[in-house]
Amino acid sequence: MRNLKGNLKTIASGVGLPLALVAGLSLQSCSENDRGTAKTEGVSEDVAKAVYVPPGEHDELYGFLSGGFNGQVSVYGIPSGRLLKVIPVFSQFPENGYGYNEETRPMLMTSHGFVPWDDLHHPKLSRAGGMADGRWLFVNGNNTPRVARVDLTTFETVEIMEIPNSAGNHCSPYPTNNNEYILAGTRFSVPIDMQKGGMGDASLEEYKDKFRGSISFIKVDKEKGDMELDFQVLVPGFDYDLANGGKGPSEDWVFFTTYNTEKARTMKELGASQNDKDYLAAINWKLAAKYAAEGKAHEMPANYYHNKLDHGTHKATSTVKKKVRYLLPEECPGMMYLIPAPKSPHGIDVDPTGEYMVVNGKLASSLPVFSFSKMQKAIEDKAFEGEVNGIPVFKYDAVLYGEVKEPGLGPLHTEFDGKGNAYSTMFVSSEVVKWNVKDLAVKDRIPVYYSPGHLMIPGGDTKEPYGKYLVVMNKITKDRYLPTGPELVHSAQLIDISGDKMRMLLDFPTLAEPHYAQGIPADKVAPNSVKFFKLDQNTHPEAVKKEADASVTRQGKTVKVNMTSIRSHFVPDNIEGVQVGDTVIFHVTNLEQDWDVPHGFAVMGADNAETLIMPGATQSLRWVPKMAGVYPFYCTDFCSALHQEMQGYIRVSPKGSNVPIKFSSGEKKSVPPPNGGPTSAGMN
Amino acid sequence: MNKLSRLLMFLAALFLGLLFLSPMWKIYLKAPQYPEGLEMHIWVNKISGSSESVLQNFNILNHYIGMEPIHAESFAELKIMPYIVIAFMITGAIIALVGKRKLILYWGTLLLIGGAVGILDFYLWLVKFGTNLNPEAPIKVPGMTYIPPLLGRKQLLNFEALSLPSTGSLGILLALVFAAIAYYVSRKRSQTIVEPL
Repeated sequence: MRNLKGNLKTIASGVGLPLALVAGLSLQSCSENDRGTAKTEGVSEDVAKAVYVPPGEHDELYGFLSGGFNGQVSVYGIPSGRLLKVIPVFSQFPENGYGYNEETRPMLMTSHGFVPWDDLHHPKLSRAGGMADGRWLFVNGNNTPRVARVDLTTFETVEIMEIPNSAGNHCSPYPTNNNEYILAGTRFSVPIDMQKGGMGDASLEEYKDKFRGSISFIKVDKEKGDMELDFQVLVPGFDYDLANGGKGPSEDWVFFTTYNTEKARTMKELGASQNDKDYLAAINWKLAAKYAAEGKAHEMPANYYHNKLDHGTHKATSTVKKKVRYLLPEECPGMMYLIPAPKSPHGIDVDPTGEYMVVNGKLASSLPVFSFSKMQKAIEDKAFEGEVNGIPVFKYDAVLYGEVKEPGLGPLHTEFDGKGNAYSTMFVSSEVVKWNVKDLAVKDRIPVYYSPGHLMIPGGDTKEPYGKYLVVMNKITKDRYLPTGPELVHSAQLIDISGDKMRMLLDFPTLAEPHYAQGIPADKVAPNSVKFFKLDQNTHPEAVKKEADASVTRQGKTVKVNMTSIRSHFVPDNIEGVQVGDTVIFHVTNLEQDWDVPHGFAVMGADNAETLIMPGATQSLRWVPKMAGVYPFYCTDFCSALHQEMQGYIRVSPKGSNVPIKFSSGEKKSVPPPNGGPTSAGMN
Repeated sequence: MNKLSRLLMFLAALFLGLLFLSPMWKIYLKAPQYPEGLEMHIWVNKISGSSESVLQNFNILNHYIGMEPIHAESFAELKIMPYIVIAFMITGAIIALVGKRKLILYWGTLLLIGGAVGILDFYLWLVKFGTNLNPEAPIKVPGMTYIPPLLGRKQLLNFEALSLPSTGSLGILLALVFAAIAYYVSRKRSQTIVEPL
């Protein structure tokens, strides 16, 4: 038996994971008696079956995990935990050329210039009727405030909009139940110059008087998903942390947690932790929209970028917006209220019925649950204890439903299973705690490894949670995996929540730092997935749809190469007449019209990246050769049995040489088109 | 010819119209990396497939072994055949109107010959594409030819090819069967008239 086990292990390590998994399964069945060591404690014997997706089978759900400081979204299969894709959003991605090639560089333009990185925290799926509809994924950029939209037919970032008057777009992006608005609140308050627009100047000692926060209301086109900043609400100078929308009876409302209501400007870890209670802000978004439409909105100058990828050309263009409308809460009665909430609250989560608002006070000893119907009554009864900047502050007891006593230490986030239970992460005590929303009693707790931030139940933030799995995202992994030096991965753990007791199923390493995630049944997304782009619908101005139309043209110091790729050659693959000092732009069109046949393009010495061209698309790579020579270019994505042969040469002559522009592929020589400008290098 | 045989003859002519509604022949290709399969559909007037770009994808795969690219324009048959089919349909209808029994026999025989010639022509094309390979092809397997099967299954390197007649061909078969019945029924009728005499 021991020999067999040894042999299998040797084979498994040689053949790779799939076999190892199979071997592991079969071993498990024949060695059940000698298991149960400390490492596997808390994991029952049959969990492998619950997460095992046999080769060739598909997962039950898509999981979209944010990448935090990698600026990307990772797509995992659930329950297998298999990584399916990385979607670059705010970061350049050399793997496919996103943010490097000419088409996608404008996506990363901001009023600060080209910003090829951001801290991506919260993915939120678009919604219809309070449920995730699987059309788009909205994500936030925290550092240089931006909101992006990923199209889930192509899994590409198709839109990025900068948020003006914001600093640290953390409290973002929260869709209302039918995508009427995506809401984005600022984490850091800043001085806002209402006359000139944008960030003003102020001494840091003037924080209390001059700093303000903003909450942006982004309109979403019902059909196309295009975003537009409709207006902002300028709010008191706190830190706005997280938000979530109401549903059902509370559908018209959005709730925001705040901290640093002390308005400390330095050593916030102390300064912002003095008040016993900060606030949960409640905004009636429908009323806000009404006020904005009815002329309560002011206008100030602004300067922010709005970048969109065109469907047909597959090219991004940037527009700079110069104005923004804003509302002042003090002028809009009934639009905004503050609920005192203990203490420096982090997550705010509204249960599926829309009646209960759970505030995760990360420094508090209890978990307060507020009641929406009590809040409505408190508005009626004017049960206020005061006001801040003209915004009424409720009496705590007038809106409190109750508190979960001793839930654990450091509650950060809560999601719901649709069966009346809530699940909260406890960062400090490293556990997930299950409790009942009605009676507020703790039902179960399970340790997680280690220090969980967000958790996600597929649909757990919607009207009808899927309620079978829970994914908890841990900040610290330490000894959980083979050591890899000082820098370790974060992890996600999959927990079965279908029974009374939570059951740990699986943990898997994640990319960078997932802050939040979304899950959706695969059948809402998979059937719409695009297999390739139709060549005849490609409207890229530099597209070449037939090999015979390929060309090399000189326009001053720029040489344009309009080329094609198909298994397994480029047209042209022999290019001459380029000189040192020229800028060469390769516009490569992939002529393939079949599934899963991308071609890559890379040229020696390029200081950007390769670019990966999907079938039917055109992508452009800028190349400035520094020295004379003959440079190879080649296809980077193994495309066929003759992939290694998919290559060509481009000759770069010294500056001022008289080598004419010449290009060919195969034996037949082509001549440059007559309208291609000066064709001889010597003529410059 | 009685009413029934005229009707049958008319239907026989009409069935040929199926050739314009669906392919005559389908070639199915399956390979490890094409789990979804590739289908080429041969019509009386065009070549199509399971997807819009199927010909391009066939040609890409075939270029490794040096097979000549397949383009619908290179088959004169696809331009001529529709007229022949329409001619058969019109003459069939005329025969049903005129009611001359003997003409059914000529019509049916000609259609049978036409069908046989069509299949022979199709086979010759298969042989031509399968054997007329570019000597500079990247992949050369000594002694290997790539004639797809006319009917049934055949392994061609990594591809399993399956070739089957389709609904369009059924139109020809039905036309022949109905013409035969029309011919038979009209004969039976004349016998019953003769008998009492």
